[in-house]
Amino acid sequence: MLVLIKNGRVIDPGNLDGIVDILIKDGKISEIKEHKSGVRGQGSRVGDQGSEVRIIDASGKIVTPGLIDMHVHLREPGHEYKETIKSGCLAAAHGGFTAICPMPNTNPVNDNGQITEYILNKAAIADTVRVYPVAAISKGLNGKSLCEYGELKEAGAIALSDDGNPVSNSQLMRRAMEYAKGFSMPIISHCEDLDLVANGVVNEGAVATSMGLAGIPNAAESTMIMRDIALYELTASHLHIAHVSTKESVLAIRNAKKRGVKVTAETAPHYFTLTEDTIKGYNTNAKMNPPLRSSQDREAILKGLADGIIDVIATDHAPHSYIEKEVEFDQAANGIIGLETSVSLSLKLVHDGVISLTGLVEKMSTNPAKILGLNIGIKTGRPADITIIDPDRSYKIDSSKFQSLSRNTPFNGWDMKGKAVLTMVGGKILFDEI
Amino acid sequence: MLFTKKDILDMESLSVDEINLILDTADRMKEISIRPIKKVPTLRGKTVVLFFYEPSTRTRISFDIAAKRLSADSLSIAASTSSIVKGETLADTARNLEAMNPDIIVLRHSSAGTSHLLAGLVKSSVINAGDGMHAHPTQALLDLMTVREKRGGISGLRIAIIGDISHSRVARSNIIGFTKMGAEVVITGPPTMIPKGIETLGASVSYNVDKAICNADVIMMLRIQKERQKSFLFPTEREYSKVYGLTKERVENARSNVLIMHPGPVNRGVEIAYEVVDGPYSIILDQVTNGVAVRMALLYLVSGGARNAGAD
Repeated sequence: MLVLIKNGRVIDPGNLDGIVDILIKDGKISEIKEHKSGVRGQGSRVGDQGSEVRIIDASGKIVTPGLIDMHVHLREPGHEYKETIKSGCLAAAHGGFTAICPMPNTNPVNDNGQITEYILNKAAIADTVRVYPVAAISKGLNGKSLCEYGELKEAGAIALSDDGNPVSNSQLMRRAMEYAKGFSMPIISHCEDLDLVANGVVNEGAVATSMGLAGIPNAAESTMIMRDIALYELTASHLHIAHVSTKESVLAIRNAKKRGVKVTAETAPHYFTLTEDTIKGYNTNAKMNPPLRSSQDREAILKGLADGIIDVIATDHAPHSYIEKEVEFDQAANGIIGLETSVSLSLKLVHDGVISLTGLVEKMSTNPAKILGLNIGIKTGRPADITIIDPDRSYKIDSSKFQSLSRNTPFNGWDMKGKAVLTMVGGKILFDEI
Repeated sequence: MLFTKKDILDMESLSVDEINLILDTADRMKEISIRPIKKVPTLRGKTVVLFFYEPSTRTRISFDIAAKRLSADSLSIAASTSSIVKGETLADTARNLEAMNPDIIVLRHSSAGTSHLLAGLVKSSVINAGDGMHAHPTQALLDLMTVREKRGGISGLRIAIIGDISHSRVARSNIIGFTKMGAEVVITGPPTMIPKGIETLGASVSYNVDKAICNADVIMMLRIQKERQKSFLFPTEREYSKVYGLTKERVENARSNVLIMHPGPVNRGVEIAYEVVDGPYSIILDQVTNGVAVRMALLYLVSGGARNAGAD
């Protein structure tokens, strides 16, 4: 069967930007035809071969290479009541993602080839979006010994991270960076100084003080980012900084990039959308790690996104059931789900003039693909992993309709403008609201 | 004025009028405790659950006595003897309690925000008897009552709160309560124990203890906990007592009619000298006495109070 996506504005940064028709055959992009300037819906016809063609009219929509969320938590194995690989994949598809990278903090931890294979088998059975597992840097995420990166790579792990836990031991981090070079696997660093965090649960500052909650200073994140940048300069490996939340972190990365350090960094929609004020009333659906920060931090994140210091938008999708959230704030689990709200929240940046549509595609597709070494893009012969976005569709976020098994989002009920309306992986349409 | 609050969760949510009403009611309640028969039938048939997740002597006994003097049926649950030890969540415990139709639940908990959580889950009135580092409104109200009683008013007074402000719900509630009633609050203590942004609650910060003391109408000392040494907040009790303790000499430099308060329990010889606790300026035991009156007033007001004709 053939699929023809026509009349959409195709944005594939560095490759295409214009009204383009895309013909998909056997799951691959088989023809690409640009419309003549000014003529919409006509141009030369693509795929006129007499066989059955499913035509998708993408007029007024944005057609992009499949979006990639390089930072998610699927809870399988171990906590299937929060999320399974299948439900997480469906959430991704409904959010406009064609590929996701689940972090290794499952139970058991993804620190050996068997668990990586287990995850990939489950993903194959789910048969939806592409799953690229991130394996652990250290055995059991305990920061004491290295995992077998060779075996993990062979099993299908794409990157390494102890996400959720920082690698406190600087020597281990140095060796991990060096050793990972042999397998061309990026290290994704969760930067956190646990001594500075102590018993903190929210951003340190006036809000924490008035609510009587222990604070986490910005320095708990930025000092470790500075350490990891120094280790990167020592090892010349491949370092990606996860979930940047503070202005000092943005500055540290900015300074590093200025002197030519090729570190990359991500932030999550909640850090550029919300501030610590969201926790008022002890809202556990706004509790995450790193915590929501001040408005100055949010401003710095926005600026970092605008000028390219922050390369990637990733959700840190962290499903938790109400059992972990309807509790004392101190004891509530960290994290919120993000797969089904990320595109809309990121489009808000476009509507607000912070980034361009091209910038959005870079941060949600092109850059993560580059970091992970994935070969994607709207090019003839490539697998048809495509997302279609309607930048103007208005709707209200309704978490009760989510594919995710969890509902822990602070965005429920928000009025949004713009969303992903079609997700295609390997030519197969997984989600269609066009 | 009618008191319409269902819950007493913190000092922020009480208006000046409400605070005055509570203090006036407490003033009247105080007399009951010095009668030969210390009991009135006001809350007969009401059930008050004292739910204490955290150890407490003063506050729990104070609430218990307050409830009994108003003829309410009160019962205490401690976390250690409840289903909490079997892993039941606070929310589930609350729903189960609710099913037994108590009128008022008094909650003490080591986590901030738990009273808010509980109040959102149950129809009963919730009185916060201290939640983590967040709030201790009944303590602030009894402190306001005690100062008002000794000084005839609160407005214009200067209150110095000295010690571990970071970990103190008493400090937070008193900063809000006293500034709301027109007093000026200065906080002082080791910089490690002054939390970021405390000024937004209305207090000014000083690192000069002697200055804060000699200008104050009221000096409120906070308990210093030895285990804070482990998180490097102060080096030793010896040094703390020397630099930040309320010594006899410091009291001599204070105003001649200064009032010295402490929410208890007191570490004699650490944050406050032996002689000062028992000295002429100390109103520490008046605070305890007034605690019963304030809690009687609150139990009365949240259960309908003035709406019940002839209640007192």
